[in-house]
Amino acid sequence: MTQKIFLCALFCSLFFSGYAQDCSYTFKGIVTDYHDGTSIFGATIYLKNSDKYTTSDYQGKFEIKNLCKGELQVIFSHISCETKEVLINLTEDTFKDFTLEHHIEDLKEVSITSAASAKNKTAQATVLKTDVIDKYSSQNLGDALKNISGVSSVNTGNTIVKPMINGLHSSRVILMTNGVRLQDQEWGIEHAPNIDINTAEKITVIKGANALEFGGDAIGGVIVLEPNRAILKDSLYGKSILTGQTNGLGFSFHSSISKSTKKGWYVNAKTTLKKYGDFESPNYVLTNTGLNSKAFSVQTGLKKFKSGFNLYYTYLKNEIGILKSSHIGNIEDLVNAINSNKPTVVNDFSYTINAPKQEVTHQLAKADFYKRYKKLGKLKVQYDYQNNQRLEFDIRVGADKDKPAIDLNLSSHAVNTSFEFDSESNQTYKVGFMGAYQNNFADPNTGVRRLIPDYDKYDLGVFTIGNFILNDNTNLDLGFRYDFNYINAKKFYFKSRWSERNYDNEFSNLIIGDFNTQWLVNPEFKYHNFSASLGVSHELNQQNAIFLNYALASRAPNPSELFSDGLHHSAARIELGDLRMTQETSNRASTSYHFNTEKTTLLVELFFNHIRNFMYIEPNGTEQTIRGAFPVWLYKRTTANLFGIDINWQQKITDQINFNNKTSFIRGKDIDNNRDLIDIPAARTQNSFGYTNKKWYQFNANLESEFVFKQNLFPDTNFEVFIPTTNSNVLVDVSSTPNSYHLLNFNTDATFKLSQKTNVTIGITVTNILNTNYREYLNRLRYFADDLGRNYLLQLNFKY
Amino acid sequence: MKTIKNIVILVYIASIFAACSNNEDPIVINEEEVITTVRATLVPQNGGATIILESKDLDGDGPNEPVITVSGALDKNKTYAATLEILNETESPADNVTLEILEEAVDHQFFFSFTNNIATATYTDQDSNGNPVGVKFNVLTGSAGAGSFTIILRHEPNKAATGVNTGDISNAGGATDLQITFDITVI
Repeated sequence: MTQKIFLCALFCSLFFSGYAQDCSYTFKGIVTDYHDGTSIFGATIYLKNSDKYTTSDYQGKFEIKNLCKGELQVIFSHISCETKEVLINLTEDTFKDFTLEHHIEDLKEVSITSAASAKNKTAQATVLKTDVIDKYSSQNLGDALKNISGVSSVNTGNTIVKPMINGLHSSRVILMTNGVRLQDQEWGIEHAPNIDINTAEKITVIKGANALEFGGDAIGGVIVLEPNRAILKDSLYGKSILTGQTNGLGFSFHSSISKSTKKGWYVNAKTTLKKYGDFESPNYVLTNTGLNSKAFSVQTGLKKFKSGFNLYYTYLKNEIGILKSSHIGNIEDLVNAINSNKPTVVNDFSYTINAPKQEVTHQLAKADFYKRYKKLGKLKVQYDYQNNQRLEFDIRVGADKDKPAIDLNLSSHAVNTSFEFDSESNQTYKVGFMGAYQNNFADPNTGVRRLIPDYDKYDLGVFTIGNFILNDNTNLDLGFRYDFNYINAKKFYFKSRWSERNYDNEFSNLIIGDFNTQWLVNPEFKYHNFSASLGVSHELNQQNAIFLNYALASRAPNPSELFSDGLHHSAARIELGDLRMTQETSNRASTSYHFNTEKTTLLVELFFNHIRNFMYIEPNGTEQTIRGAFPVWLYKRTTANLFGIDINWQQKITDQINFNNKTSFIRGKDIDNNRDLIDIPAARTQNSFGYTNKKWYQFNANLESEFVFKQNLFPDTNFEVFIPTTNSNVLVDVSSTPNSYHLLNFNTDATFKLSQKTNVTIGITVTNILNTNYREYLNRLRYFADDLGRNYLLQLNFKY
Repeated sequence: MKTIKNIVILVYIASIFAACSNNEDPIVINEEEVITTVRATLVPQNGGATIILESKDLDGDGPNEPVITVSGALDKNKTYAATLEILNETESPADNVTLEILEEAVDHQFFFSFTNNIATATYTDQDSNGNPVGVKFNVLTGSAGAGSFTIILRHEPNKAATGVNTGDISNAGGATDLQITFDITVI
């Protein structure tokens, strides 16, 4: 269809190009999608007063020659865009950047495109589109993001998957969903993002803190999830995805329905259900690793070019089983687990989820409103409320058996306003203000001392960003941001711990109560954070482009870095924060090279990140209790240097066969201690061959090989401990990394038309085809069990 | 349009109100499940001094090490009838955890070990399945010497595994709830 229009438009433009007058001015420009900056191909550009046509090319560019001086009335139109009319006063040869409101092409969007896009035209950004997201419908956000070179994950088992961008995770990665910054206790390594991947139609990953609009503390990067956009026509459409899999004997069901009107009203609802039993490694059942998940979201609003609003609500409840044998009593149990190559508890397959487990409920409600002012720009006001309820159940005895050991409720309010000055097409500015309040409440009914205390937190932020089109080929982005964070906590410390941490002298003024063996203290901390970003993109020619980026980011310590104090039962370790922590500051420089021809797409990204006051946690000796010895994991800070390279190479071999390579390598150095950084992902390379035949029910087949190297660069944090049962000193090897591993995965799908407007895509996926035994360095359960064995998935994706 | 503006204004006001939350102090938690004290009372058969072994750690998981006391030396070649008492002394009156362990006796078992062959232990109690628990046990001393005596409590051990019901911990599995070592002498 698009092709026909293009041909027609091309014909028209050829026809009209001979329509010359004495005038000699040239009007050039580029048409991009208003939302994500991608080039719009085949848009018709019509000059009303001179009756001239042309169309935008593959890169969104167009050119109309031989124009007279004076006012031009330009009308932009495109099959899936709202028509736009612009007045241009032509006094010289002119180049301008135009944006169109691109409607959803959601039902047929093509694979991952690696291109500068999103809110920032010069950042290292990569987009995952609907087809990829649909494939991961039954899995986690973290799993889908691994399709992007340089993005890995830190796991607790296989259902708690935290995305890691260039070696950084948790508080260093901002997650935006439909314009809202997710506040879900993201500080914890075993706290998976509370998000249903199915709520997104498009996911953008921006590496580094170059998207200041979202926050100045994204030292790792920003993940932006966007729901489907409203189509400005009367329509009713939806999809349902049903996935069944053999590993975990479970299913996932997702369904969504959208209704929109020509006038701009829209409403859509989505729901997802997932149920899995115990997953399996190649040789044994991973007892108590099931998952129950329920998600629901509803969205409505009005979308017009001049103004509109959006109301959004999401609910997500996850009940996640934690591998039974990872529950250990003391260090001797840990030594036994490390030395045995099989989990201590292996039961028959079951759907039952017992303790240890997590039950997390996340709710998000938001309202936003925008209004465009002619020849000035766009005002946006947004309010959001989030409630995160986290229950963690441990193996307990007696009357406490069914009581959670951790019961935290985090509620957050945020107000965001921004004004975008976009009337001049070659320079746009945006200024914004953010105010947020957060309250954390740790329920004392658990009967277990709080790991994270009660606190109130206030944040204020202001930013300004500007985009400048310097010329036809060069873009410049510049941004500044200031954030103020204030945290007011009330926390109990054991008097013995308070003294052992040497808080007596420095922080004695914080003590507000004496409770026998414990102090009640009231830490109040303020942080001022400055961040800045600079980006340049330059197109050398049709095929080659380079990007340069610099970002200064600073992040205030999170509650666990400051306040952690006590025995983390699920990890059998004593975790200690430090009240002396100050904010960490990152200076990140990066450069990307894009090479683009009809057959080859190559993207090479390099980065260097220097982080002062880098906060990390690592083993630091043991402490003796009546239960035996426990390893102490201490939050520390150092100066860190991270550098790495990410490559994505796509090569068309024939029209139907393509090859894809994704490789990433990263290195982390602890400068102060002259050693390697802990928890840095190993180098990995993915190679795949794909076969596509559009004529044959859009048949696709893809065979992928994933090779992960052994991480040889890690700090030695092993320690010795006395084991009374064997009457000997034993070295506890917590730092050695697992061996390299190689996985083969296969995926195939075909699409069949059921009726005029309905089609079904049937997909079959096999992961870990060779049923390889492996363990991953960044899986916290690697001491206890192997990772997942072979898995067959069958997916039916109905679109209507 | 006006209504939308009103909504936005309302939302602003609501958020300001929400921000002014209460400022009460949190309630102190004295852990219910913490074991602070383990006491083994060894009563000699056919006369002699009762020996008390005690390990006390009042700050629970805090940094202070447990305080271990042994009331005296054991007599050689003698049988002692031993009873364990497990307490949480952060509560007042102290919580007797022994009762909770006995309530779930099938899911708990104590294991005893001595170095230098100074003594051996045998179970004198049973759970409802006829397997040992170890709250009551006998200690039979050998010839004179010095060594250590370790008491381990395992939660959810596999009592059916080889050797477990005779006190061999190697195949027991489960999670360790207690682990204490006393230095003792036999004279």
